[in-house]
Amino acid sequence: MDFTFSEDELALREAVSRFLMVEAAPEVLREIWQEDTGRSPQLRRAIAEQGVMALSIPEAYDGLGMGDVMWSLIAQELGYYAIPDSLIDTAYVAAYLITQLPDEVAQKATWLQQIGTGELRVSIAHVEQQFVADAHLADVIFYFTADALHVLSNDAVSLVDNPSIDSSRRLFKMTPVTPLPAPILEGNAVAALYAQVNARGAIANAGQQLGLAQRMLDLSIDYVNQRKQFGKLIGSFQALKHKLADVVSAIEMTKPTLYRAAYALEHDASRAPLYVAQVVIQARDAAKLAAKHSIQAHGAMGYTWEVDLQMFIKRSHALQASWGRTSEFEHRVLDALLAEPDLADPCMTFMGLSA
Amino acid sequence: MNLTFTPEQCAFREQVRTWLAHNKPSKKLKSYDTKEGFEEHRAWEKVLYEARYSMVMWPEELGGRGCDLIEWLIFEEEYYRADAPMRVNQNGQLLLGPTLIEFGTEAQKKRFLPPMASSEHMWAQGWSEPNAGSDMAAIRSKAVREGDEYIISGQKTWSTRAIYADWTFGLFRTDPDSSRHHGLSYIVVPLDAPGITIRPIKALNGKDAFAEIFFDDVRVPIDNRIGEEGQGWRVAMATAGFERGLLLRSPARFMQPVKKLLELYRHYQAQVDADLSLRKAVVDCWNMAESYALSAYYTVGRLQNGEKIGAESSINKIIWSELDLKIHETAMAILGEQAELMGSAPHAYADHDWMEGFLFAQAGPIYAGTNEIQRNIVAERLLNLPR
Repeated sequence: MDFTFSEDELALREAVSRFLMVEAAPEVLREIWQEDTGRSPQLRRAIAEQGVMALSIPEAYDGLGMGDVMWSLIAQELGYYAIPDSLIDTAYVAAYLITQLPDEVAQKATWLQQIGTGELRVSIAHVEQQFVADAHLADVIFYFTADALHVLSNDAVSLVDNPSIDSSRRLFKMTPVTPLPAPILEGNAVAALYAQVNARGAIANAGQQLGLAQRMLDLSIDYVNQRKQFGKLIGSFQALKHKLADVVSAIEMTKPTLYRAAYALEHDASRAPLYVAQVVIQARDAAKLAAKHSIQAHGAMGYTWEVDLQMFIKRSHALQASWGRTSEFEHRVLDALLAEPDLADPCMTFMGLSA
Repeated sequence: MNLTFTPEQCAFREQVRTWLAHNKPSKKLKSYDTKEGFEEHRAWEKVLYEARYSMVMWPEELGGRGCDLIEWLIFEEEYYRADAPMRVNQNGQLLLGPTLIEFGTEAQKKRFLPPMASSEHMWAQGWSEPNAGSDMAAIRSKAVREGDEYIISGQKTWSTRAIYADWTFGLFRTDPDSSRHHGLSYIVVPLDAPGITIRPIKALNGKDAFAEIFFDDVRVPIDNRIGEEGQGWRVAMATAGFERGLLLRSPARFMQPVKKLLELYRHYQAQVDADLSLRKAVVDCWNMAESYALSAYYTVGRLQNGEKIGAESSINKIIWSELDLKIHETAMAILGEQAELMGSAPHAYADHDWMEGFLFAQAGPIYAGTNEIQRNIVAERLLNLPR
């Protein structure tokens, strides 16, 4: 039992954090919002040069071969710095998807190498999901139906731009041009693969929500430590202290839940879907609490365009339903518990986590 | 990161599980807030002690097993999984015990710890006073030095099960000119000493769950002082940290009622399944109990890495007390019109007395430092907000 991260893992997280702090500062992100594409090729190249795009690319394809546990740390950083979706969708979720494809898929090696170098942008779409993030720039779109996986280029789809409240999100209602190209995967394997892909999308969502919650908390701490009313710093008032204490409690209690879910995914544990659902629920709740209390802590300034808090509040709201409604995850947890009440035995927390 | 137990840890779990299966009382003991139940629990504590399962983390010479924190968590998981009796002497074992181990002399450790582990000595805490609750530094009870003795006078209150207990421990003002947290000393007092009067306070469950202790020139030897004279606050703060932190309320203690909550939900599923708020509440209870368990192991990892845990203890206290409330509120909602019934009512839900736990859960956010105080601590020490 060793519930800690290695020094290498922590150092990598620290390096990514320091890099994003400078290169993806709020004023930089605000400039990128003004671009037609909503994306910055320079920032993307710089991120790739840091090795972030190659994190989970297998070493055989010139990547770092990291897994879900490492991503549980990186996802929090990407949330903290409000890095737009296509990075984690491509470098984590799509990279995972591609590694799971049969070796007969001719482009597999090329795709993996190009993700690692930052040349390839990937979007993932499911027939039951209306909107696809960053489809306008995607070099490859993986399109899941119930029993087939198709690879589409973005000129083989029609896209209708649907602006999100989060100015960094670029969402498109996607309709594939028919007939679809021949699938690269068919049958039962498709649903099984999508479940695994969705689990990565969902845990990435949870990690980002936690990072966003931490950012909102940090901005609030800064604010209440400099704003004075009644001749005192407003951070000295219990009404605000107690709100922010609740936010940090929610964040701290959710972190180990995130790490167990990531560990379960990395070790292909049968309970991984349950643990992912758990952290999605908790991380979203933590982010909602952080959003609510941090805007209150900022007073009217929190409601302005000028103060950066809005970027993180709106992003956390925007991400509340991506990769599945919270109620679906709640039903998944309760159904699992009712089917197997022994899951709530006090000895079960780490049972069945090894492959 | 490796989230699997070692073969040794698994073997320890198996050993505890087997022992509990063969040795735990065959029927539920009476409430330890009654005289009869208190003595039943004392007898059980002796059984635990003789098998060296009373205080598994204490060193072997004090009757323990020298277990580390992971083994302690495993022991706790098995203990609550077996639904074994509540630990009646916890206030001594978990609050005073670690303090004695850290600050006591060798003679004090030998004198107090083994009978505490066996519950031959039952301990009641003596922190609060009528005018010193959340504001513990307002303590006025005094201990005046006379030769080799202290003469103690004053009043303590909210002393859990003090009418049945043998000893009390707490802070007394040894410097009459001092104020606030200066000039206090940490002293233990036998409850049968001349000059002691104990008056029970009936709790809202109708039982004599706690008491007032009056000290009328009670003489104790200065050997009953733990730590240096005047250093009581520092010694007590160490204890307070243990108390609201992990040790007093292990995660397993809350997972067990969550399992019972799931059984309750299944029992009433036809009536309650359409209530989405109840579904969400049950999910939240399991999520939070699991999170608390995970955070315990995660904290152990941080301690192993040499990190210090400080105000995080206050987060734990808020979490477990509010989780306990949520579990029991949810159970009450599931029970519907049966919720208000006494456990003895002929048509009460038979498998578990939820009302007993519901009432006790009301006290969680108050005892061991109110949750308002804990939130202040989190805000000031963890988030560095101004005082």
